[in-house]
Amino acid sequence: MPQLLLELFSEEIPARMQAGAARDFERMAADRLKAAGLSYESLTTFAGPRRLTLVVEGLPAATPDREEELKGPKTSAPEQALDGFLRKTGLTRDQLVERDGVLFAVISSKGQPTADLIPDMVDGIVRAFPWPKSMRWGSGTLRWVRPLKRIVALFDGHVVPFEIDGVVFGDVTEGHRFLGSGKPFAVRDFADYRKKLEDHYVLLDVADRKLRILEAAQKVCADRGLALVDDDGLLDEVAGLAEWPTPILGDMDPQFLDLPPEVVQLSMKVHQKYFAVRDPATHRLAPHFVVVANVEASDGGKALAAGNSRVLSARLNDARFFWDEDLKTGFDVWNDKLKGVTFHAKLGTLAERVDRIAALAREIAPLVGADADEAERAARLAKADLASGMVGEFPELQGVMGGYYARAMPPSNPAAPASVPPAGGHPPTQSPPAGGSTREAGEGGHGDVIADAVRDHYRPQGPADTVPTAPLTVVVALADKLDTLVGFFAIDEKPTGSKDPFALRRAALGVIRLVLENDVRVPLKSLVKRAQSEIMIWGSQRRACAVVAVGPLQIESVWSSKDFAGPGRDFEMAFDVAEIEKSSLPAEQVWFIQDEEPSIYGGCYSEEGLSDIQKHLLLAMPGPELFSEQLLAFFADRLKVLLRDQGKRHDLVDAVFALGDDDLVRIVRRVEALDAFLATDDGANLLAGYKRASNILRAEEKKGPLPAGEPVALTGAPAEETALIAAVSTAAAAVDAALQTEDFAAAMRALAALRAPVDAFFTAVMVNSDIAAERDNRLKLLGQVRAVMGRVADFGMISG
Amino acid sequence: MPAVTTEPLAFQDLILTLQKYWGDQGCAILQPYDIEVGAGTLHPATVLRALGPRPWKAAYVQPSRRPGDGRYGENPNRLQHYYQFQVILKPNPDNLQELYLGSLAAIGIDPKLHDIRFVEDDWENPTVGAWGLGWEVWCDGMEVTQFTYFQGVGGIEVDVVSGELTYGLERLAMYVQGVDNVYDLKFTREGLTYGEVFLENERQQSEANFHGYDVDGLKRRFEDMVAEVERFLAMKGPQDQALVLPAYDQVLKASHLFNLMDARGAIAVAERQSYIGRIRDLCKACATDWVERERERA
Repeated sequence: MPQLLLELFSEEIPARMQAGAARDFERMAADRLKAAGLSYESLTTFAGPRRLTLVVEGLPAATPDREEELKGPKTSAPEQALDGFLRKTGLTRDQLVERDGVLFAVISSKGQPTADLIPDMVDGIVRAFPWPKSMRWGSGTLRWVRPLKRIVALFDGHVVPFEIDGVVFGDVTEGHRFLGSGKPFAVRDFADYRKKLEDHYVLLDVADRKLRILEAAQKVCADRGLALVDDDGLLDEVAGLAEWPTPILGDMDPQFLDLPPEVVQLSMKVHQKYFAVRDPATHRLAPHFVVVANVEASDGGKALAAGNSRVLSARLNDARFFWDEDLKTGFDVWNDKLKGVTFHAKLGTLAERVDRIAALAREIAPLVGADADEAERAARLAKADLASGMVGEFPELQGVMGGYYARAMPPSNPAAPASVPPAGGHPPTQSPPAGGSTREAGEGGHGDVIADAVRDHYRPQGPADTVPTAPLTVVVALADKLDTLVGFFAIDEKPTGSKDPFALRRAALGVIRLVLENDVRVPLKSLVKRAQSEIMIWGSQRRACAVVAVGPLQIESVWSSKDFAGPGRDFEMAFDVAEIEKSSLPAEQVWFIQDEEPSIYGGCYSEEGLSDIQKHLLLAMPGPELFSEQLLAFFADRLKVLLRDQGKRHDLVDAVFALGDDDLVRIVRRVEALDAFLATDDGANLLAGYKRASNILRAEEKKGPLPAGEPVALTGAPAEETALIAAVSTAAAAVDAALQTEDFAAAMRALAALRAPVDAFFTAVMVNSDIAAERDNRLKLLGQVRAVMGRVADFGMISG
Repeated sequence: MPAVTTEPLAFQDLILTLQKYWGDQGCAILQPYDIEVGAGTLHPATVLRALGPRPWKAAYVQPSRRPGDGRYGENPNRLQHYYQFQVILKPNPDNLQELYLGSLAAIGIDPKLHDIRFVEDDWENPTVGAWGLGWEVWCDGMEVTQFTYFQGVGGIEVDVVSGELTYGLERLAMYVQGVDNVYDLKFTREGLTYGEVFLENERQQSEANFHGYDVDGLKRRFEDMVAEVERFLAMKGPQDQALVLPAYDQVLKASHLFNLMDARGAIAVAERQSYIGRIRDLCKACATDWVERERERA
């Protein structure tokens, strides 16, 4: 069966686009083959630094003949309809077939040689290829990722004659740019193509290139008693940068090992695309690197290694410059700079964000067993490194550098740069640490607990990342994430579908894991409200001066005045709507926040109109109850995902969340106990009993209000009824006691005791008695069963 | 393979070799533009000539000034004044990559001994509204050239694509000579060093850039230049054309004044975008007038 071989040979394709290009090529070719009615045995694509290749095996020599029947007008239809149909089909009246009073046209098409279909197919693929960025070149109009130089198009061993914008299809390609003959060569088929490429120093398959890199890189390290530091992302990238990848071990000046290892490794990776090398005995970085060259140099790589080594020194000197300068600069200067750095256009500067996080951290600290002052200190240092030189250069090192600097620097660093002598006569109490080898100079630093909190407060950064456990770190990490979540929800930037540009799902999962894995008992809802009020305060402050002039008014709202009045905010920000009306302020100077309840709180302004941010924050944002419920629902969703990944049923989360609890630890314990209970025979049967009871009650509720009050042991009542009344009363007491101590297993056991009496009741007793008193009593009893069980979970939300 | 053991090129010989090489490829060898610019691209021989349909080939050295990069002569790699070698070929020849590799061979870089790589780099200069696709060319891990296919200039999509090569001459020379500190470069074969030519300049200019220039004066002159651009574009020359070339000169001056203000730390974050936007708009106005005329002239 014939084979199709296509190669699109171009100038160097960006490494990051190659894998996607191979997938797009495959999809586009498969779609077009299918549309042309061509079947095949296999279709494979390859992408590399200078070429995209497609090989399709087992194509037919031609498409099959086809016959198609087209329905036309009825025989009774007017003349125009028939004329139209004949025009459309290109047939005459006597060529149509009549069946049941309807005319049909039978159109038969002869199969076409496959080779004839290929030009259009390739033309379509090339012109519609979805490169993330494409370009024109020379005087042409064709677009490709970089200039397209050659196209190999062989079907069944023959060149398909065609051209696209002057690029003529042929059977000639090129090998490695520098190695081999350097002359273009012809190929016959895929096997010949692949072999000749290899002869000309090109590995077609990225998997082969990766394998070659990994094996050779490990070998050059092992030869010197060293070990390669694996990095899959880097491996993917370098495999897209070389057609004949050749790892070479180079030497690094050991003096640079004084720098934090993260800095050395990242500088090598980001700027130079080098692999780091470690000493297998100590696991620390070794003064070497592995560069993956594109050539097998004629001197074995000596000149090349020396050149790379010099470049690395220059790079690491830059890194050292940032390190030294940063140590001379310090947190005060950075925090000052954060006042000029926008976090998000609608959420203010990083400095304002730090204020909010610090305030939240104070609130959370006691809940986690940390000191509020320490928590605020750590929070106020946490984002400073974003203004440091090193993080400016390597954003990935946010937190990590802050940790190093907090350890190295005294709590209140003189803000003046080192080159400017202190203004006063007194010398600085502590000279700034000398650069370079001061990584451990922590005696004068902020202390390890604070430094760790600064370093790790971004964690956990994903499902695989470890969760911090130090209380102070947990506090700052929670405050950071809550501010993010509340802030973006407040400006209506919630994740939708696959879009989550601010990684809010990750932040919510981070909060959940921090809380659960550290067993932190926090009322999430009130924390959310607290974070929201910080955002509100921030939103109000933006034009607070105008409000001050209005003078205080009385407050009648969900927020108390102290939420709004604070240091530097000695004015009242919230107003009773009636007071505002009485105050005879011009209408345009008043703003409101609409809660879901009729209460309205707001402030007023005088100078400018509301900005878009203010409009949203102050007018459109739901009040605290509704807002915190929205966020809690978001947390519930994330918790469900987390528990589902652990194999738990998500409907149980709903059933427990429905109780309105916002203590995640308690919620999960309840879910676990419930899960275990429902797995038992008693649990499953009781659930069925609950559903039966609840169906009866729901049906009755439709007719009118259910009878209120306690069920009583009526004379002559069946024993099963009296037994259930007693059992419910016992269970209620036991459940309450168990819930008091959060012993959910005991609560479940108490419910389990209901199973037998409930079953017996339904077997022996007819609820819908003709005697009203009996019926009412039984409905009351079922209502009690539902209520008692409802204290443990909303069983109605559990699928049976 | 015959072992060619020639002395590495001195800085000036590197320049002369590149000029000879690109001159032989049919480029007009121009001299540096006589206004301070941040990059060789800003020379009108590139920015303006890249617009319109008429072919163009030129090469030149351009001294480039980046006030904020000054390090008082204390950093071995960073300078506030350095040289770029700029080549522009319009339309780009099909074999531009090969021609470029030929220029490396001419200055003594053997691609079988060194690792030459084309690494993705999409170039963009927001202040002149220019963008293109291409690569940084790496030699043993060092970026030695910016290789760009111009796609747009002054916010206008190009009629014909130019290939632009920008060689960082100091880096390239450091590489060729195997020197770690720019000031140790041999400027001449006889041994005059780069430091002897430029070190004192770096010291004085750095001080002036960071602490010397009068900010109010810079701002005033910036506004003057902006007004001048608008005036020139409204004026008519002898053939009834707008005075695009003098107007563009003032754009370059404004752009340099902005860089000086930035180095002085006088540009607040909020102002920054507005300054860049104003320069870009002026540049765009020049480009729009220029491209119209070029299309007529073609």
